[in-house]
Amino acid sequence: MMELLAERGSLFALTGAALIALGFYGFIMRRALIRRLIAFNVIGSGIFLLFGGTGYFGGGVDPVPRALIITGIVVALALTAFAAALAVRLARSGDDDENPEAGR
Amino acid sequence: MNLLFALVALPLLFMLASLVAGRHGPRLIWLAAPLMTGLAVWLAMAVHTAPEGGALGGWPVPLGIMLEADGLAAALMLASAITAAITGLFALGSYGTTRAETTRSYTFWPLFYGLWAAVNAVLVSRDLFNLYVAIELLSICAVALAAFGSRKAAMDYLMIALAGSLAYLLGVVLIFAAVGTLDLSLIAERAPEARTSVLIGAALISAGLIAKTALFPLHGWLPPAHGAAPPAVSALLSALVVKASFVILLRVWFEALPGLTQPAIITGFGVLGAAAILYGSALALRQEGLKALIAYSTVAQLGYLFLVFPLAGGGEAITPWAAGAWGAMGFHASAHMLAKAGLFLAAGLMIHASGNGRMDGLTGLARAMPVTTFAFALCAVSLMGLPPSGGFMAKYLMLISSLASGQWPYALVIIAGGLMAAAYLFRPLARMFAGTETPAITPLPHNWLPLAPLALAIAAMALGLLSAAPYELMVSGLPEAGEAGLEEVEP
Repeated sequence: MMELLAERGSLFALTGAALIALGFYGFIMRRALIRRLIAFNVIGSGIFLLFGGTGYFGGGVDPVPRALIITGIVVALALTAFAAALAVRLARSGDDDENPEAGR
Repeated sequence: MNLLFALVALPLLFMLASLVAGRHGPRLIWLAAPLMTGLAVWLAMAVHTAPEGGALGGWPVPLGIMLEADGLAAALMLASAITAAITGLFALGSYGTTRAETTRSYTFWPLFYGLWAAVNAVLVSRDLFNLYVAIELLSICAVALAAFGSRKAAMDYLMIALAGSLAYLLGVVLIFAAVGTLDLSLIAERAPEARTSVLIGAALISAGLIAKTALFPLHGWLPPAHGAAPPAVSALLSALVVKASFVILLRVWFEALPGLTQPAIITGFGVLGAAAILYGSALALRQEGLKALIAYSTVAQLGYLFLVFPLAGGGEAITPWAAGAWGAMGFHASAHMLAKAGLFLAAGLMIHASGNGRMDGLTGLARAMPVTTFAFALCAVSLMGLPPSGGFMAKYLMLISSLASGQWPYALVIIAGGLMAAAYLFRPLARMFAGTETPAITPLPHNWLPLAPLALAIAAMALGLLSAAPYELMVSGLPEAGEAGLEEVEP
């Protein structure tokens, strides 16, 4: 049982690492704001998965990462909502100063 | 303990109150400004005798959240309270009840108080994850405020902030995986036997925080965002926001991982700081817009903060000049807060009055706006590092510790940075005094508005004139400070 938990922990951690790498590629290679925002969320999910994976150590599940992951998800959600709102405003009415090229 | 709790919780309460109070929300600053400044003064007095701290809600460390104020935190909290209070009063004149821009007058205040709460939370938090939450609140408020000026600059700022927070969070996860705790002092106890993963985690944390602090190679987002925003917002962003992420960086390297600080890392921070001073100053010299010039000057002045890494000699190797370098950093952070906020407020008034944000719009403005020009000049004196300002104390202490530690290249950079600051700040000043005619200006919304930058300038001067008490306060939190060598360095 303990071995299974430890194994599962490293499986989660490795999946998390793969998600971080994929998301990072998307974040730096894509210029479109919404795609970068999605990439941000992919990286975030990867980090939370990695965090959860570290919680599986030999004897059982550590409650601290669990609590922190929930907080982290709330923060990421708030950031995503805010970034999406800003992107919509930017696309709809351009910039406030005389510089209307949206997105880049 | 209750004092620390109040300093973090009260701005959050004001944030809610300003949303509920609607039309009367702006007037809350008349209550918040004296209350918060008074509490910050009280905290500084209390910390002067013994560090303040405690666990939130009475839960012990692994579960609970530690709040703790050392000397540096108390000093910076006082400086940021003065800056935020005066900037808030100034903003009351710009986004107050009398102006037509109603949407902004509603949205500015919650963001302002949220930013203030986040800065205070960063200064007293002793837990990597708690610091993450605080810096995220700070980033959201800062980006939303930056969007008042230019949405595009705000979007670039947001992308950098997102990338920075991801790097920081990943670093926190790696460190937690390696040492099993997030509390800074517990990490310090367990880290000596730490593995490479701690070093990688610390590197990720540093990269994220450097991006948020806008240190030299990652500074590109700062001038557009700070230069385009309204004056009160620019003042808050330049004075408070970038200092908060720097303080976290200090905590990570000096408190959590002192054993990890190798010469290569220290030199790396020092070289980046020196490059920021020279590069930022060179770009500031070439700016034609007044606010762009001040924003590039922020890039340069942030570089000085990072010189504390080589000058204080890293974490464990506490040297006789470490306290001097630490005090210099505290002086520089506080003086820059006050003077830079003052410069942005004064520049905002001048741009409003002359209707022109470029250098040539300033011609002869000293005769039309004597008080504003005087405030601008006093703040400029502090930024250049001329006596008797707080900026002078900072650069003097930095010079002494760089010579005492035998790192003379940093001394040369500090002197060069001071000269370049004089060069780029004399350009607008020379314009203000040029010509013989008094230009016609647009009247200001309130006649008392120039008093705000003047008060900030006077505070920056007072920091230099009354330097003994703040110096003692700033170095009082130093763990095993090189007190023995203090006598030669003390002002």
